[in-house]
Amino acid sequence: MGDKGTFWLPESASTVSGDVDSLFYLVTWISVVIFVLVVAAMVYFMMRYRRHHAGQVGAPAHESKWFEMSTVVVSTILVLIVFTWGFRVYLKLNIAPPGAYEIQVTASQWKWDYTYPDGTVYAGDLHVPADKPVRLVMNSIDVLHSFFVPQFRVKQDVLPNRYSSVWFEATRADTFDVYCTEYCGNQHSGMLGQVIAHPQEEFEEWLASAGGGGLSPEEYGERLFGQNNCNTCHSIDGTRLVGPTMQGLFGSQRQLVSGESVEADENYLLSSIVAPAAQVVEGYPPAMPPSYGSLPQDQLDALVAYIKSVQ
Amino acid sequence: MSVATATPQATSGKTTYLNHDKSIRSWLLTLDHKRIGLLYLSTIVVVFLAAGILALLVRIELLAPGRTIVDAQTYNQFFSLHGILMVFLVIVPSVPAILGNFIMPLHIGAIDVAFPRLNLASYYIFMVGGVLVVIAMVVGQIDTGWTFYTPYSSRLGAPVIFMTLAVFIAGFSSILTGMNFIVTIHKMRAPGLTWNRLPLFVWSIYATSIVQVLATPVIGITMLLLLLEKTLGIGIFDPAMGGDPILFQHFFWFYSHPAVYIMILPAFGIISELMGVFSRQEVMGYKFVALSSVAIAFLGFLVWGHHMFVSGQSTVSSVVFSLITYLIGIPTGVKVINWVGTMYKGSVSLKTPMLYALSFLFLFTIGGLTGVMLGVLGVDVHLHDTYFVVAHFHYVMMGGTIVALIGGLYYWWPKITGKLYNETLGRIGCLLVFVGFNTTFFTQFVLGSQGMPRRYYDYAEKYADLHALSTYGSWILAVGLFVALYTFIQSLMRGAPAPANPWGGASLEWTHTTSPPSPHNFEEQPIVTHGPYDYHHFYAGDGQSVEAELASRSEA
Amino acid sequence: MSTAKAAHPKLQHHFVSMEQQFDASKFGMWLFLVTEILLFSGMFVAYTVYRVWHPEVFEALSTALDWRLGGVNTLVLLASSFTVALSIHHIQNDNQRAMVINILLTILFAGVFMFIKYLEYSGKFSHGVFPGEAYAPFGDHYGHYADVPYAPQFFSIYFVMTGIHGVHVLIGMGVFAWIAIKGSQGLFSSEYYTPVELTGLYWHLVDIIWIFLFPLLYLI
Repeated sequence: MGDKGTFWLPESASTVSGDVDSLFYLVTWISVVIFVLVVAAMVYFMMRYRRHHAGQVGAPAHESKWFEMSTVVVSTILVLIVFTWGFRVYLKLNIAPPGAYEIQVTASQWKWDYTYPDGTVYAGDLHVPADKPVRLVMNSIDVLHSFFVPQFRVKQDVLPNRYSSVWFEATRADTFDVYCTEYCGNQHSGMLGQVIAHPQEEFEEWLASAGGGGLSPEEYGERLFGQNNCNTCHSIDGTRLVGPTMQGLFGSQRQLVSGESVEADENYLLSSIVAPAAQVVEGYPPAMPPSYGSLPQDQLDALVAYIKSVQ
Repeated sequence: MSVATATPQATSGKTTYLNHDKSIRSWLLTLDHKRIGLLYLSTIVVVFLAAGILALLVRIELLAPGRTIVDAQTYNQFFSLHGILMVFLVIVPSVPAILGNFIMPLHIGAIDVAFPRLNLASYYIFMVGGVLVVIAMVVGQIDTGWTFYTPYSSRLGAPVIFMTLAVFIAGFSSILTGMNFIVTIHKMRAPGLTWNRLPLFVWSIYATSIVQVLATPVIGITMLLLLLEKTLGIGIFDPAMGGDPILFQHFFWFYSHPAVYIMILPAFGIISELMGVFSRQEVMGYKFVALSSVAIAFLGFLVWGHHMFVSGQSTVSSVVFSLITYLIGIPTGVKVINWVGTMYKGSVSLKTPMLYALSFLFLFTIGGLTGVMLGVLGVDVHLHDTYFVVAHFHYVMMGGTIVALIGGLYYWWPKITGKLYNETLGRIGCLLVFVGFNTTFFTQFVLGSQGMPRRYYDYAEKYADLHALSTYGSWILAVGLFVALYTFIQSLMRGAPAPANPWGGASLEWTHTTSPPSPHNFEEQPIVTHGPYDYHHFYAGDGQSVEAELASRSEA
Repeated sequence: MSTAKAAHPKLQHHFVSMEQQFDASKFGMWLFLVTEILLFSGMFVAYTVYRVWHPEVFEALSTALDWRLGGVNTLVLLASSFTVALSIHHIQNDNQRAMVINILLTILFAGVFMFIKYLEYSGKFSHGVFPGEAYAPFGDHYGHYADVPYAPQFFSIYFVMTGIHGVHVLIGMGVFAWIAIKGSQGLFSSEYYTPVELTGLYWHLVDIIWIFLFPLLYLI
């Protein structure tokens, strides 16, 4: 990691974050000055005009129209300066430079999926080229989400019925946090990810191997298990989380809430991912969203292979 | 001019609104604005305690990353219920329903509000809303947050139906109270009480009532549409049925932003009273403070979109909303200067209510300035939906409204109960609240600007220290609030009897009624000849001790 | 202020005079009407938004509503507003009998309005045109709307707006019935007719809202 940020702000790592920070500090310092003046006047008056005996009444005070007017005028001027600056930064945040590298983002409960121009679908972490503007075109398949990278100072809500977009240019190759900032249900705080900015060549190499080529199905499945945040609800070591553990799952007998009992074979695993509400295991809430049904078939195969291997 | 409606024996202060009829029935079916105010007080205190305990549980869960005491589902319900209870059942009704009911008719020299039966009905409608909230909590899990954003909220079952119904019905109570107060202030003022002589508390209640009447119907129809969406699936807000979630947000904030002014304007009124009385000085810029409340009430309708800068609304609307937001900031800022300026050349007495008023000035200034920061387009993108926002609105709502409400309760307590409270305990409580509050919420500004999103059950290790500090602060805050509660209970049990005018106030509730007031408020129709903060008029005989002056006044 | 201490029995203790009480009540009613307008304006906004987004759908679907029935209803409501105005006029002149007759006429007109509304609703329900998810039109005149996108929204808005308006008509009928009973018992006079006046105001608002609903839904 580069610089660690300041008391107020996290490290700054995009081409717009410097502008946002200067504006932030300008407004903060104006606020601090006003605040100190108000509190100082308050404390001074409080001491200076303390009541000394019970019958004391305030002396007539002349109201200065001039003073009131000047506070209004000064604050209006300050406000207009700040507004204009804020407006310009906002435009910069909103208008992506032409020729930006475009990635489709699909948000769902509770994961991020990224589709690259070559058709590669990659879940979990967002790999991007550094020093190049990247534009994300985002859509949700269920509820509202919001894409937030604190180090880049960018944020945009993701909606189910229309596309929204956000752009950034990472100023160095590094790893940054992605948060979902629009409440989206049970695992809202688990809907995390990272932006991994690579130098251009490294990025291209990564993209070529992103589809899981060269990995065994189990290895690919293990990676997908983490990328799709399966592990926030399903442990692999027997711990009870929101959903059942994967340990020793394959081949066991499952007692369903419907009263039936089924064996956890490959078909059971697949249908539990694709249609989780159909066969709910007794003792667990039907909390799993159906959004995983949209995973490509090869990824589903890899996940099933991986879950089989967790013993 | 005046009409004598006096009950003769009341000067001795023996027959009061509290003891003229002690049956439970007479309380539950009372048409007396003072008793209705107390009904609201008792109900709201209970809800406040419940919602406060939820807040403590939320903070304890956040003491450390990962699971601390509850799972994610329960945590999400805790913060949702905390928000819903606090906003819709505590802060929105609090000051108008408790102190507005009790004090406003006294302030304007009226025997009661214009429609006493409607007033009682408002209370019971409010209670129906409260009962529905309880039902919603019992039938299932509400984890939508207090904003009910679609489509998440349209996916949940029965509990959301009950909850939206509850908000819809509690809204009616708010509308009816607002109507009642506007008519009362227009039509029931005592002879001589011109608009320029109205206490600023009445002005603020007036402005609040306008917002209640104009904004609440919109949340009513929004909740009704949400309800029909849930029950019939009419597809206005849920994209799965062809609706639009942004439309819901517009509807929601069209009410909920003005609602912020429903919550804060009455607090402005209390602070104006406290600064005047405890500085024994005319409130600086009376006309400005009075009219700016009304101006803020109207401007408050034009800024709802500043909650939606990153929601996907058009850039142009964001720019317009940002600009109007500043227009509200300026009069609010000048008000703060006026309150501070009221102490200039005054006679400042640091009694508990004044300490709360000064705390308010400190906290509200922070809340207001950070509000302006959030209104700056480029900065809001980073801060939106982080703990910075959480801290900002707690500074305004809790540090503003609740602190002002507690200050107002201390101030009018001798009038309401006829008892004095323990000043030392009161001051200790205030100090603890002040320290605890700042520890809890100032840390959250830093958390937020560092990128910590709100409504998170779990968080990264780097935020752990500040979260822990915030949780410790919440314990101090809780202790402070319990000390305040204890002070009030102790006063009820063992408080010394209060004189009619313990603070030397110049408005009608102090100069023309006993403590506590008689059932019909005034022994005779008061005739107003001077302004509410005209302490010079009031203490015309210079050098005369205030006690003698007070004694001669209360015998009159 | 008047010192009329030989107070009217309807004067409540916290008012100084009947005038003050009447003024206060009337002012309160106006405020209530403002909240009613805002309640409906929320729905008008929803209507406008969807109309702006999908103008062609709304234009096509307005023909699904029968403008003749809507037009008759408009006339009926206007007539009822007129009879309400007459009843207030008569009570101001202490003509209690004429007031009650006009109130009864108003209830009659309101009943006709609701009956026509019933015909319209049942005509739609029998063809599967329901608000919300149950929307599944079939048969002549409605069947071809089955697959029109956003048609469910149009009908939902139609049912919600006219439904809430209808509830207001029913409430008005109930209050008028109470006024007719009390009026025939001689409760009202030119001294005290606040409930008649206030319900009249309310009724005019209900009428005005329909005058907006009718062209927006049926004609354009």
